[in-house]
Amino acid sequence: MTVTLAELCIAAVAEAFRTDRELVGTGIGPIPRLGVGLAKLTHSPGLMMTDGEAYLVEQPVPIGPRDYDARKPAGYLPFSRFFDSAVWTGRRHAMVTPTQVDQFGQTNLSALGGTYEQPKVQMLGARGFPGNGIYHANSMFIPMHSTRVFVEGEVDRISSPGHNPARRIAGGNYSGIDLRKIVTNLCVMDFGGPDNAIRVVSLHPGVTFDDVQAATGFTLIDAVAGETPLPTSEQLDNIAALDPHGVRHKVLKDNPPATPAN
Amino acid sequence: MSGLDKRMSAAEIVGQLESGMTLGIGGWGPRRKPMALVREILRSDLTDLTIISYGGPDVGMLCAAGKVKKLVFAFVSLDAIPLEPWFRKAREAGQIKILELDEGMFQWGLKAAAFQLPFLPTRVGLGTDLVELGGLKTVQSPYEDGEVMVAMPALKLDAALIHVHRCDHRGNVQALGPDTYYDEWFAKAADKAFVSCEELVPAMEDAYPEDAQANIFERCFVTGVTEAKGGAHPTSMPPAYGWDMGWFKSYTGAAKDPGDWASVQAQMVGASEEDYLASVGGIDAVGALPLPIF
Repeated sequence: MTVTLAELCIAAVAEAFRTDRELVGTGIGPIPRLGVGLAKLTHSPGLMMTDGEAYLVEQPVPIGPRDYDARKPAGYLPFSRFFDSAVWTGRRHAMVTPTQVDQFGQTNLSALGGTYEQPKVQMLGARGFPGNGIYHANSMFIPMHSTRVFVEGEVDRISSPGHNPARRIAGGNYSGIDLRKIVTNLCVMDFGGPDNAIRVVSLHPGVTFDDVQAATGFTLIDAVAGETPLPTSEQLDNIAALDPHGVRHKVLKDNPPATPAN
Repeated sequence: MSGLDKRMSAAEIVGQLESGMTLGIGGWGPRRKPMALVREILRSDLTDLTIISYGGPDVGMLCAAGKVKKLVFAFVSLDAIPLEPWFRKAREAGQIKILELDEGMFQWGLKAAAFQLPFLPTRVGLGTDLVELGGLKTVQSPYEDGEVMVAMPALKLDAALIHVHRCDHRGNVQALGPDTYYDEWFAKAADKAFVSCEELVPAMEDAYPEDAQANIFERCFVTGVTEAKGGAHPTSMPPAYGWDMGWFKSYTGAAKDPGDWASVQAQMVGASEEDYLASVGGIDAVGALPLPIF
């Protein structure tokens, strides 16, 4: 079986969630969720996950169709206490897929263009992004790395805060902003540059730094330490068990292999 | 005892509402929405409403029907269909005023209203566009730290609409299922809370005393109760029934073709609740809808 780029991304997500703490890991979308599950089953057993509805599970729930009761609750974390328990206590790391991301790590899930009263394109709304961004660790997964996502200047609406000195008010406490990793279909990036600038830290096989820069609307720092590692066979077995229906194969356009054919 | 008999018809509940009011709607996205009461509003001539909701089809339908003056929201979604089509149309046409919030700020505003406070402080919103665009103010800690925070204003409701599994005549409620979201705080933030239910019983202590922990808010917060079997349809009401994805697909399709609500309202809302339930196959068909898998 050829290892796919989706599986390489899942392993990279798992690495982004590596922790020795006990905290809630939330991956929104198949690849982030599989990555959190993989981290929990391998190097980071302290991670806590829900079944996607209300119960905490120690065995991550496989994605895709399953029986409603095919879960073994070990705990309870409904939305009705999510802010009390996970978000506003800082005991969470989430990975999401915003529509736009800018050089400061500010994201947009709200709307594109137009005005507050009349956007050109209405999207989901800010959801929990503002609170996530000010209170706990956050990472991103971007399945199609492009200048449409990684925009020049600033995002159209700031749904979650980033490292932008122009968006600070005197006396505000921004110490909870904790931007970690951005995993895309091209590379892995972090916020380790001067003043938290975004750096490319690993390139997926066959991708060059120039490819990534050309697909990004702002200047990136080249801190490439090597290729993003391929998943191990143990990781691949875990991924297959967490995704028995192959949902991961439908996320990236044309489901490319991890290592491009020459 | 008559004062503690809170039974009303859905039409009597809507008769207690007025145009221009601020209404909170319980549930979350396409889950546990008091849709029978929302449909009754859609059959009424109420207008100019301010709607405060973790939005799903309730928001989309009320926007489509031109009932909404202002919407307070953090998202509007049908989950598996992420973008609510009729809400999107209303927004892109500039038809409604809005206050966009974070999900946590939203419940914080309900709690401020419940506790009769003008606001509650929070860090949420700092560094985002919500504060300036929403006209939210800040407040400084009077203690040594001097921290400046967002003052989340109370989301005071003239009325709240909530759907639960069981009510009794005096307004004792039982909400079952894995998650009741922020229904408790909608009830407490409102001058009057109206509750529809799958099953109305004379006295909860006789009918279901073993489930008293499902009493998520006390009856002093409840003004009126009404039985509405299938009253959350097309949204989910676990463990009773799941959401109706087929219904959501035709509702979403109708936003494109024919694209105008007036020509589909009769089909989407029905002339009466009996009429509506019949149009979706009756209560047995609703009860057979599978629970969603996340």
